[in-house]
Amino acid sequence: MRDNSYSAVMARKNEIMKRAVGMDYDKFESGSIAFDYEAMMAATGYTLEAVRKIQTEEFQIGNTPIYELKNLTALARACAPEGMGARIFVKDEASNLSGSFKVRRAATSIYQARKMGYKGVISATSGNYGAAVAACAAKAGLKCIVVQECFDSKGVGQPEIIEKARKCEALGAEVVQLTVGPELFYMFLRMLEETDYFNASLYTPFGIAGVETLGYEIAQQCRLTLGRDPDMVVCTNAGGGNLTGTARGLLKAGCKAEVVAASVNLSGLHMASDHQFNLKSFTTGHTGFGMPFSTWPDRSDVPRSAARPLRYMDRYVTVNQGEVFYTTEMLAALEGMEKGPAGNTSLAAAFALSQTMPKDKIIVVQETEYTGAGKHVNAQLSFARSNGIDIHFGNPEDEIPGKSIILPAHPSMIKARPADMTHLRTSLIHNAIKMTGKTPTDADIDFLAAETKTNREFVKEHLA
Amino acid sequence: MAKKNDWVQVHINVLKPEERATNIPEDTRHVPLEMWVKGHLQNETAEIGDTVTIITKTGRKVEGTMCAVNPSFKHNFGDYVPELDQIEETVKTILFGGRNDA
Repeated sequence: MRDNSYSAVMARKNEIMKRAVGMDYDKFESGSIAFDYEAMMAATGYTLEAVRKIQTEEFQIGNTPIYELKNLTALARACAPEGMGARIFVKDEASNLSGSFKVRRAATSIYQARKMGYKGVISATSGNYGAAVAACAAKAGLKCIVVQECFDSKGVGQPEIIEKARKCEALGAEVVQLTVGPELFYMFLRMLEETDYFNASLYTPFGIAGVETLGYEIAQQCRLTLGRDPDMVVCTNAGGGNLTGTARGLLKAGCKAEVVAASVNLSGLHMASDHQFNLKSFTTGHTGFGMPFSTWPDRSDVPRSAARPLRYMDRYVTVNQGEVFYTTEMLAALEGMEKGPAGNTSLAAAFALSQTMPKDKIIVVQETEYTGAGKHVNAQLSFARSNGIDIHFGNPEDEIPGKSIILPAHPSMIKARPADMTHLRTSLIHNAIKMTGKTPTDADIDFLAAETKTNREFVKEHLA
Repeated sequence: MAKKNDWVQVHINVLKPEERATNIPEDTRHVPLEMWVKGHLQNETAEIGDTVTIITKTGRKVEGTMCAVNPSFKHNFGDYVPELDQIEETVKTILFGGRNDA
């Protein structure tokens, strides 16, 4: 009989993981801080073209339309100084199978799982990725378990997450729901061990390679319809895979657009707090994931994360909850597009960033997500109000996560607040040293420069 | 009452407060880690609150306390939020003029 106590299962972590991801991560390690990221990415054995083929032929996903948001651009121009207000475009990823870009991430993983002979897949996610995995597993004829953090200790569920549970079940998955806490990982390991299923992690090279097609398509579509590359691509950032994959795809297309990360500001709220769980109105795309995963990517459910956003990020901005809800309503009112709020994080940022750029510039917001009961601007504001959150019009600067949601009194008050990139990059360097306990070698300096999109001088200066 | 093969939901306390991870916030450390799973009832009959065995969609056998029979989703679009109408009016007025301007 297996010892299934918390400590015993966690002690078997590496061995369980190795069986469940079908990839030996050890061979990419240098023994010091550095590991060979590009070798790990190449280990999928799939070129971008091969990934596109899997996505389009096996799963019929991708090739989503890009729409110009002319009214939203006009509104941004009405709020901007003369001559400013870049054109805003959005890639409608909600039109993908399962309703979000996450299906790109799931497709390559599920394809690989089937190829390697796994009977099923498990994913630990409370987000759109669950539905994406469920949809691909359904197409591939594999069994599927989705493990969610869903309820607080009073049994009250986040409506957005309950909706995702419903969708996963509708697509044939078994949904395992848990109360708040990082020990979700422990149950995840137990189920991997019990079933011998594939770990359809968000953070494997297969997952990230799947997002590369998104960036690649953006470059191709802009060239085809606009005759040129976008100047800026804005990505909602949480675990970092969305930005990493998109940026890699842009680079593979030879597109040098500025890559901007955007997260909802949830500072002050602890992601593992039972009490605070239902005081937040965003369960993804927020700083509670975005900041820690950017500054230490290897906190995920695989030994080395393929999502390493600071390698590709030029800027990181935050927006407030009220601003994203406001933008979601604007999108419906002015563009006739009803979408899920979390996916509009990057759109809220783009609306503000547009006003800082000349009219002839082009911004692409690289995703939308589906909306439905629970996962909707009305449902989420109503839920927040029922939890005692003070919702009113005012200055978004005054919003306090967990206490208030301030809807801008005027759209010109929507701002993209820059995060300190030097601080983020320095944090990554310090975390790398702290977590590995190693003294940086010469090769580590090069690695950390690549990890932070800086140079050797920057790394040396910030080592201490 | 539920009978064999009915679709039910079970609840399990996976970790007692004292068994939980040490690096979690105080409020979370004081409550158990709970889990809910759905599946087909294996017992001949059962009442809510009984310890039962289920077979899940993937064929896993799980034992827990039966908490629902024919569990369904009740989430919705919430109560009316007047601010959303106000946002619509504000942005349309800026772009297209007031409602009576047409």
